[in-house]
Amino acid sequence: MKTESVLEKVIKSGRLAVTSECGPPRGAVAQKVIEKAEMLRGYVDAVNVTDNQTAMVRMSSFAAGILLKQIGLHPVLQMVTRDRNRLAMQADIIGAYTHGINNMLCLSGDHPQFGDHPTAANVHDIDSIQFVQMVRKMRDEGKFQGGADIQNPPKMFVGAAANPFADPYELRVARLAKKVAAGADFVQTQCIYNLEKFEQWMHSVCERGLHEKCAILPGITPLKSAAMARYMKNKVPGMDVPQQVVDRMAGVAKEKQAAEGIKICVEAIHRLKECKGIAGFHIMAIEWEQKVPQIVEAAGLYPRPQVD
Amino acid sequence: MQPFEPVIVAFCCHYCAYTAADMAGSQRLCYPPNVKIVRVPCSGKVDAIHIMTAFQKGVDGVYVAGCLDGDCHFKNGNIRASKRVVYVRRLLEEIGIEPERLEMVKISAGMGERFARIAGQFTEKIRKLGPNPVKRAESPAA
Amino acid sequence: MITAERKPLEEIINCVKPFERILLVGCNECVTVCAAGGRKEVGIVSSALQMAFLKQGKNLQIKEHTLERQCDPEYVEELSTMITGVDAVVSMACGCGVQEVARRFKTVPVFPAVNTKFMGASERQGIWAERCQGCGDCLLGVTGGICPIARCSKQLLNGPCGGSGSGKCEISPDVDCAWHLIWERLKALGLQDRYEQIIPAKDWRTGRGGGPRKIIREDLAE
Repeated sequence: MKTESVLEKVIKSGRLAVTSECGPPRGAVAQKVIEKAEMLRGYVDAVNVTDNQTAMVRMSSFAAGILLKQIGLHPVLQMVTRDRNRLAMQADIIGAYTHGINNMLCLSGDHPQFGDHPTAANVHDIDSIQFVQMVRKMRDEGKFQGGADIQNPPKMFVGAAANPFADPYELRVARLAKKVAAGADFVQTQCIYNLEKFEQWMHSVCERGLHEKCAILPGITPLKSAAMARYMKNKVPGMDVPQQVVDRMAGVAKEKQAAEGIKICVEAIHRLKECKGIAGFHIMAIEWEQKVPQIVEAAGLYPRPQVD
Repeated sequence: MQPFEPVIVAFCCHYCAYTAADMAGSQRLCYPPNVKIVRVPCSGKVDAIHIMTAFQKGVDGVYVAGCLDGDCHFKNGNIRASKRVVYVRRLLEEIGIEPERLEMVKISAGMGERFARIAGQFTEKIRKLGPNPVKRAESPAA
Repeated sequence: MITAERKPLEEIINCVKPFERILLVGCNECVTVCAAGGRKEVGIVSSALQMAFLKQGKNLQIKEHTLERQCDPEYVEELSTMITGVDAVVSMACGCGVQEVARRFKTVPVFPAVNTKFMGASERQGIWAERCQGCGDCLLGVTGGICPIARCSKQLLNGPCGGSGSGKCEISPDVDCAWHLIWERLKALGLQDRYEQIIPAKDWRTGRGGGPRKIIREDLAE
């Protein structure tokens, strides 16, 4: 084991891991974090805490992560390169580790123009691949990015994101390979709706043996409505929602669309469980955390293994 | 095998070094025939490309001879020349050619004896350094 | 103007090592003025490269050409007659010129021979200093004609910080404190009052924060 992370233990045990996410609130309301997180208790191995997601200011992932840790859950500290330079990032990483946080997800982050501070400057001192390298170096070599020794280096289980669908498609596996070479222990992907294309991607991933070096967790997001399906299809950059998924959602009565969305997502998990190289699932139920237990159970991923 | 006879180009300022060369001649002072003099209106007229071209064509050593400090006919041409020589020496070093093959010297019009001495000393120095490595590689048979 | 500095020759040599025939292209604009990539520098680099390879017994063929402006397609087009038989282009223009050549000639590798540095002014012969970062929303009118974005090490819009001393920046005694200069200038203009007006957080969308920028002049564009 590289770390004390429960997520790492589940993955190393060979069982399918389950992660989910919790978006911190837009204010100093600890209770909201705890309420959301409590819905996930027992159904997931770790909970991603997003970092100013969609470039909107929220409670910091570091602070919200500590709240999760305090109630006995295992946060995955998401961090974007958009808002901090390498000094601030490393400071937060050792700070988070001090509080027992031992999973991270290294991201570049959405451009500020998508958020509520479009006039803000982009930092991007380093990019997501360099970020993975930095956290790995902190852990394995006990060195800061600048080269100095770290006392009690943070042992982070290092995650990265991957989008199997973005253009140019031929680069998708190569870029994952770069992240793996940089030191990614696990990868959570963009929401998967186009299962066929994902399976193709996964096939290429396995051909290069990347699944053996890095745990691949496809991202699964239940659709709440046909409108959401359409929005995801047309408005979210890098998202691939096949027309038949939109049609299927639109084909049922409005009040039954949510249930249909859950059904689609459970079917997807069942199908992808058979896909070679999958190490688990990252279930992102956006502002719909209460549905995660139901999905996990229906997908046959409950109970979660006890590895501690 | 014939002993190595270096070819040396001396860019000489019309107002000082060139006149000094003339003086050396009229004083019947000997200096090596290896030194080929190129008269320039001021040492400041010598550009990096002139020096580079000389080396590229296979010359073994180059020196730029200008006026003594403060004596430049054009105020500061000799100071500029000195800086340019430093610049080109660095270029030569970057491409692996001994920077010692290039020098800046200062001579007044009356210093015939100094001119002859410098010509002799510089020729000796280059003789010891051996042929310009560019030329050496170009004609391996020679 | 855009300033640049020649790259170390070793780096240029390594780039062109695999090739037999190269086209070395200078630019008659900014890089000529800052003595980095004009006709003269093209000649010197050409000579240095040839010597460096001759030393190893290789006769590198170099065509030299200096364009009027390497960042305009009309001028870059001139190269189309010269590029036949050339294995690679080495550009001595700023990054804009290098990219314009690469855009025009898709199958010929292009290497930069200079490092593009900054938008600056000549302080005196042989010395250039950074003056502008192209933030896209000029505030020189309120800072006394001295830009704190380009010239304050911390880009403070309400400086100076506590680190300056004797008019110099805390990062180096060779760097002027931009805010010291701004203050002196405001005093000279009798505009001290202006100093206490808080300059608001900047909208970086007009700068690089908003992504790659473009200017479209409808009246001129074809």
